[in-house]
Amino acid sequence: MFSDYSSTELISIFAMQGFAGLILFSVFVLMALGLAIIFGQMGVINMAHGEFMILGAYVTFLISNLFADFMPAIFSIYFFIAMIVAFFVCGAVGAFVEWSIIRHLYRRPLDTLLATWGLSLILQQLYRTVFGAREVGVTIPDWMMGSIPLTDIIEIPLNGVFVMCLTLIITLAVYFLMFKSRFGGQVRAVVQNRPMAGAVGINTEKVDRITFALGCGIAGIAGSAFTMIGSTGPTSGQLYIVDTFLVVVFGGAASLLGTIASAFTISQAQSTMEFFLSGSMSKVLTLLTVVIILMIRPQGLFALKLRK
Amino acid sequence: MLSISDYSVAYGQSEVIHNMNLDIKENEIVAILGRNGMGKTTLMKSLMGMIPSKSGSVKLEDTEIADKKSHERVSEGVAFVPQGRMIFSSMTVKENIETGLTTVKDQKIPEDLYEMFPVLEEMKARKGGNLSGGQQQQLAIARALASQPKMLLLDEPTEGIQPSIIKEMAQTLKKIRDERNLSIVVSEQVLSFALDIADRILVIEKGVIVKEELRESVDQEQIAAYLAV
Ligand SMILES: Nc1ncnc2c1ncn2[C@@H]1O[C@H](COP(=O)(O)OP(=O)(O)OP(=O)(O)O)[C@@H](O)[C@H]1O
Ligand SMILES: [Mg+2]
Repeated sequence: MFSDYSSTELISIFAMQGFAGLILFSVFVLMALGLAIIFGQMGVINMAHGEFMILGAYVTFLISNLFADFMPAIFSIYFFIAMIVAFFVCGAVGAFVEWSIIRHLYRRPLDTLLATWGLSLILQQLYRTVFGAREVGVTIPDWMMGSIPLTDIIEIPLNGVFVMCLTLIITLAVYFLMFKSRFGGQVRAVVQNRPMAGAVGINTEKVDRITFALGCGIAGIAGSAFTMIGSTGPTSGQLYIVDTFLVVVFGGAASLLGTIASAFTISQAQSTMEFFLSGSMSKVLTLLTVVIILMIRPQGLFALKLRK
Repeated sequence: MLSISDYSVAYGQSEVIHNMNLDIKENEIVAILGRNGMGKTTLMKSLMGMIPSKSGSVKLEDTEIADKKSHERVSEGVAFVPQGRMIFSSMTVKENIETGLTTVKDQKIPEDLYEMFPVLEEMKARKGGNLSGGQQQQLAIARALASQPKMLLLDEPTEGIQPSIIKEMAQTLKKIRDERNLSIVVSEQVLSFALDIADRILVIEKGVIVKEELRESVDQEQIAAYLAV
């Protein structure tokens, strides 16, 4: 399939597709981060994680319309506001879901799986009722549409670089929160030994709620980023939840570095192959590669080294 | 300080602590002696809210705590050093102690904790899991003291610790009691340690207190007989 192109053309194609894959990479990292935080903290696999992302995307869509209608002068900054609002809206909905459903199902992994799956269906229907079945899209502000020419053929799209920088900042922030802050210490204590964490004075239920909200909030930010590469429909989240599971498993659960590396590999592989093959074919190839690697390294790319 | 009345604890259908009545005075150190499986850990954990109680009441000063959650009991002033230490092994020594600060306003580890256990300051950046058993025991005590308790519960603190260190630990605990004005309940199988530290000695058998003696009037041989298998 490469034979039709000269080598300079090939390099350019790889570079261009690589840059084009940056947003996908960001979406994967943020989604996986949220999913992994929630899973690590309470052993809950949040099947509705994709719907939280879509909620973030709808919030971004609403905010962009709001700016276009009422504040066109400052339309160019709507994305920042949208991201922050998406984070808090999704976080609040997440906290409510944790309080109303999840906390009653701890230590029953199968039930939480079913409950969150049910929740995802409810949310999809809710989106259909409120926003309609048709997909919606946002207008990307002009300054983000531009690109920096690197060589004659290779151009770096600004929005990709921008979203990726934001993602890295958020990832760093999460890292500091989890490993350098007092709250992070409480979270890790609960993860290690829940009854003992309670017995040293940690309010484990509160920690659970905040962590679940945080994971959902980050999914909301992923949704904001997602509006740059796709249009938002009630079921758009479903496509991403599987990929996100793939990223988490491939990276080795509970390893931040592994998550980033695996999100990068998978997003880049998909993006590059999509140029040469059809979308579904590239998905199949990615999946196959991941399966083979996991057969050789069942613990994922990076496993946590711990004295058992 | 702590008064336990008509207190029962059960795992499902099987009751392990039966109608216990017990009063701990201010500044008092009480040792509860008992062989394996007699219910020491069950009593401690349920006092800490880690196992629900079946019936009865537990009052700390005038507050009923029997139906409170663990972390609420810690804010009321109960702290716990569990059997097997249960430190957070993948967290550093410093982070371990900091988890004990959750319920207090203080956001920094008080200097006197490190003064009491200098080895913890030396090793504060190490992972808790890489400490020796004795060091982990000190860490577990420091973590409990960080929450500034009025009532300290220790479950078999001497388990797996060599005799010379056990002597030292008795001194340390008594010093802690004198400096911080707290009451201590310690469960034990080692009689000599109990004699070293306690003002009052109780014997528990199958979830019932079968013997109670003040330290001065204790008949060592009689107590030893309870502990012999
Ligand atoms: N989770 C549990 N479920 C059911 N029974 C239990 C449970 N934990 C302990 N028991 C039972 O309760 C009784 C008291 O156990 P406990 O752990 O309190 O003893 P202990 O005095 O602390 O013993 P040791 O000195 O060995 O630590 C034992 O008969 C034990 O089998
Ligand atoms: Mg025990």
